[in-house]
Amino acid sequence: MTATAAPPAPPTPPVTDAAVRKVPRRKRLVPYWLLLPGILWLLVFFALPMVYQASTSVQTGSLEKGFEVTWHFQTYWDALQEYYPQFVRSLLYAGTATVLCLLLGYPLAYLIAFKAGRWRNLLLVLVIAPFFTSFLIRTLAWKTILADDGAVVGALDTLRVLDVTSWLGWTADDRVLATPMAVVCGLTYNFLPFMILPLYTSLERIDGRLHEAAGDLYARPLTTLRKVTVPLSMPGIVSGTLLTFIPASGDYVNAELLGSTDTKMVGSVIQSQFLRVLDYPTAAALSFILMAVVLVVVTVYIRRSGTEDLV
Amino acid sequence: MRWIRRNVVVVAGLLTLAYMILPNLVVMVFSFNKPKGRFNYAWQTFSLDAWKDPCGVADLCGSLTLSFQIAVWATIGATVLGTMIAFALVRYRFRARGAINSLIFLPMAMPEVVMAASLLTLFLNMGAELGFWTVLIAHIMFCLSFVVTAVKARVMSMDPKLEEAARDLYAGPVQTFVRVTLPIAAPGIAAGALLAFALSFDDFIITNFNAGSSVTFPMFVWGSAQRGTPVQINVIGTAMFAVAVLMVIGGQLVGNRRKKAATP
Repeated sequence: MTATAAPPAPPTPPVTDAAVRKVPRRKRLVPYWLLLPGILWLLVFFALPMVYQASTSVQTGSLEKGFEVTWHFQTYWDALQEYYPQFVRSLLYAGTATVLCLLLGYPLAYLIAFKAGRWRNLLLVLVIAPFFTSFLIRTLAWKTILADDGAVVGALDTLRVLDVTSWLGWTADDRVLATPMAVVCGLTYNFLPFMILPLYTSLERIDGRLHEAAGDLYARPLTTLRKVTVPLSMPGIVSGTLLTFIPASGDYVNAELLGSTDTKMVGSVIQSQFLRVLDYPTAAALSFILMAVVLVVVTVYIRRSGTEDLV
Repeated sequence: MRWIRRNVVVVAGLLTLAYMILPNLVVMVFSFNKPKGRFNYAWQTFSLDAWKDPCGVADLCGSLTLSFQIAVWATIGATVLGTMIAFALVRYRFRARGAINSLIFLPMAMPEVVMAASLLTLFLNMGAELGFWTVLIAHIMFCLSFVVTAVKARVMSMDPKLEEAARDLYAGPVQTFVRVTLPIAAPGIAAGALLAFALSFDDFIITNFNAGSSVTFPMFVWGSAQRGTPVQINVIGTAMFAVAVLMVIGGQLVGNRRKKAATP
């Protein structure tokens, strides 16, 4: 989330070749020495693993006989055929959670940025504070909240909401736990702060006088929101959706803790293939496909939202 | 009704806030529960047992200690490496800056499960023994990018004239760095370090893949979700929450006092 909190880079004076040449050689190497350990770390433990994973994904063999690179691209096709429901589900759940995060997060970010006054710091603390309890413990708490004989399910049932959601396929058998609704609820909850903080930083930078100006020009509040506030907060919306969608698409904690076998996401499949089934080629191929899909979705999204300078 | 319509943003915002805080309240309330059976999901009777004996469950406090150790070392590693990178990126022009910027951005734009799985293939291929060291390596890797962005933001807004002034006053490069540069960059470095600590302490997915048989606190909670959740987990969660809130309030008080002291 700090990626977006960074203010735009101040213009740096152009460094000419002549100026570079004047610096003694020993000094010219300083940035490289500063970069070396950290970049080496990322190359060895981030970039190199990707290469290993690519090679694993085209291997065949078994755990007993050992794996060998045989350029067996068929694995990708087989994996996609077998697990495309989980893929589609992951993108669907992550997308829904992202939209919900935006709808829920925008008012709160707006409230903190413009209406909170002296309560602003307190509200910010309340947004960040839940973070400090381990997210697994908080996700487990949803099991209590959404319990079958709990207040939430009871209220939804009385209001006949469950009939509608069951008809839509979001819930089943008068319960919320172990249904898509519970998983999306957990995802939305877990990634809300990642939406709110970038939204807040970009809203906070908007000059409040622009709202007054819009009002003076007879814009109704909704028009002001649509034509002034939302366009100006676009960078926050874009980075917030990315920070929500990307981790949500690979998450398996919510699907495992709050869902059932019918709500498995692709993260669960990768996890079980790697750690339980020990079918490394399929697992590597799945994780590569997930990475590719996420990168494509993100690139298209950034292009279309017209804020390429963001990243 | 009219009031609600006029303050629709306030109402909606507060409802979202309630949604965010609700699980924490549930965790707190259920830390005083005395559950029947192995799972602490339904309210039975009030009890202080778990608070009296937070380490009363096998391996719970051991996993906390392990998480703490890993988080401390990961924070130190990521902060040192990240600060160096941030300074190099902001203060120097050199070739391959673009490539390095994307290398730092990518780990933040990658689903965690992809990074976790690829690291595991590396460790498996190297024949490394999974445990403390592999988890530490992984945590330093994914915290690094966040530290770089936090420190970069601060160093960018620094006025280079202050360092020039120090040099004009005959401060050596080391003296300038220790007495001027570092103190100004400190808030950014502290923010990066705090973020790294929080990320490392709470990480589950990457640890799940690369921990072997070591059990960190998030992994303990994960395991307990299948085997039965002891009330002590709620106690630890509540305590963490309370400590964090107290720290924030304390920080605010100190900040206010400083501000008051600064204004004559």
